[in-house]
Amino acid sequence: MIELQHVTKLYPASSRPALDDVSTEIDKGEFVFLIGSSGSGKSTFLRLLLKEDDPTRGTVIVNGKTLNTMSKWQVPKLRRTIGCVFQDFRLLNNRTVGQNVAFALEVINKPQRTIKRVVPEVLEMVGLEGKTNRLPNELSGGEQQRVAIARAFVNRPLVLLADEPTGNLDPETSEGIMLLLERINRTGTTVVMATHDYHIVDSMRRRVIELSEGALTRDQSRGVYGVGR
Amino acid sequence: MRVNFVLSEVATGLRRNLTMTVAMILTTAISLGLMGTGLLIAGMISDMKEIYYDKVQVSIFLADGVTEEQRAAIDQQLSDSPEVANHIYESKDEAYARFQQQFSQQPELVQNTPPDALPESFRVELVNPERYELIAAEFPNGQDGVDQVRDEGDFLDRLFSLLNGARNATIAVAVVQALAALLLISNTIQLAAFNRRNETNIMRLVGASRWYTQLPFILEAALAGLIGALLAIGGLVVTKILFVDKTLAGPIRAGIIPPVDWGAIAFISPVIAAAGVGLAAVAAYVTLRLYVRI
Ligand SMILES: Nc1ncnc2c1ncn2[C@@H]1O[C@H](COP(=O)(O)OP(=O)(O)OP(=O)(O)O)[C@@H](O)[C@H]1O
Ligand SMILES: [Mg+2]
Repeated sequence: MIELQHVTKLYPASSRPALDDVSTEIDKGEFVFLIGSSGSGKSTFLRLLLKEDDPTRGTVIVNGKTLNTMSKWQVPKLRRTIGCVFQDFRLLNNRTVGQNVAFALEVINKPQRTIKRVVPEVLEMVGLEGKTNRLPNELSGGEQQRVAIARAFVNRPLVLLADEPTGNLDPETSEGIMLLLERINRTGTTVVMATHDYHIVDSMRRRVIELSEGALTRDQSRGVYGVGR
Repeated sequence: MRVNFVLSEVATGLRRNLTMTVAMILTTAISLGLMGTGLLIAGMISDMKEIYYDKVQVSIFLADGVTEEQRAAIDQQLSDSPEVANHIYESKDEAYARFQQQFSQQPELVQNTPPDALPESFRVELVNPERYELIAAEFPNGQDGVDQVRDEGDFLDRLFSLLNGARNATIAVAVVQALAALLLISNTIQLAAFNRRNETNIMRLVGASRWYTQLPFILEAALAGLIGALLAIGGLVVTKILFVDKTLAGPIRAGIIPPVDWGAIAFISPVIAAAGVGLAAVAAYVTLRLYVRI
């Protein structure tokens, strides 16, 4: 499903690699936490999976495709199989909740019929069925993140990448978001989530991959955030 | 392709940078208008060449006291010459009639010129216009009833080099304007892409094709190019009606300057439109490739 082989990423004009000879494998349907202190390379890891950037060395494989050799025009097709969620939600503020979710389908040419059917479905799934016509700034942070998750999931991706999705949310709201991500994971979608939130990691007991200054220092199934915490 | 989506994006984009859009359209219009003018002048020059060069290359003016025999001898000599393709005789009356027509705008000049002031002449068309010297040598000035041999081509060459200069200058200014227009288009597209970066970022993440993401910007530029082209064509039409057809009416009727007919404008209009749309679209595409991450 996802495989990194000796992946090193050096950004230009930086002395230390953002990822340093990282090798790992993530199977279909897994739920993985990506942890590590600030600057340890978590976001870089996720960006490479999206082919937002190319590794300096090593091979990245996602959904059976080797990204290194993938040509530019094939990238959109890859991204249609990957959903993305970020700390800052990234919603379009001049569009309603329903329009934000529909946007993701419109721009990949899904038929209007399909859009009319699946948008309400996914909004119901994330618990926003009554708020279709609200604008993002009429929603709480947690609700905005639900919209973002709905948008990421509406095309039923094989993989969901989440970069600190609870970073801006209080613990209770975060818990709701985590329940949602677990639910998505149960549909068979692989979830990779970068986070600093040790409460969440410790309580969920899922696989943990820890990065430290770009190097993979721990890979533990049913792991916790920090040893000795 | 979702036509509504693309069109509404284009409309929003153009409205959002209204000042830039207006600047882009106006520069494009000026550039295309000048280009059209250059093309019209070029067409005019070739029409004029047909009017002048083909008819007369050398004039042999006859002396006032020329005799029947001398005139007949010259006629015969021209008929026999292998250098001469064609020649016609123009009497004093015919010369005066032509003069009256050419200078119909200046009645005083016509009034002050007695009908017999203009010399009779042979108008000669050469097989090869460059070989004027040979003919001139055959008819020495001031002998056998010949007053003067004049190379009309020489005068025409100077006239046409002037006209060619005007055409080249117009086209040069058009090119400079076009450069300014292209830079403005590039700038406007960068601005438009910046304004819509949230949308395009999401489009990129959810896997919209490059084409789908870029199309609204390219259409935006192409539409501006089209509006610029229409303004330019409108400008040419107005110039024809207000300047060419009014101010130049006299010389045109006299056959000195060829008219700019609607056919010529109709012929270059699609060229202008295609140039406007094509250049704007290409400029936008190149800008997106070079400067904008989509
Ligand atoms: N576009 C970039 N250009 C240059 N250096 C970069 C770039 N993006 C990240 N880096 C560097 O790469 C390293 C890893 O950054 P990354 O964003 O992957 O860390 P992170 O683990 O996501 O941190 P955080 O927890 O703060 O989000 C850092 O040292 C960072 O400065
Ligand atoms: Mg990060």
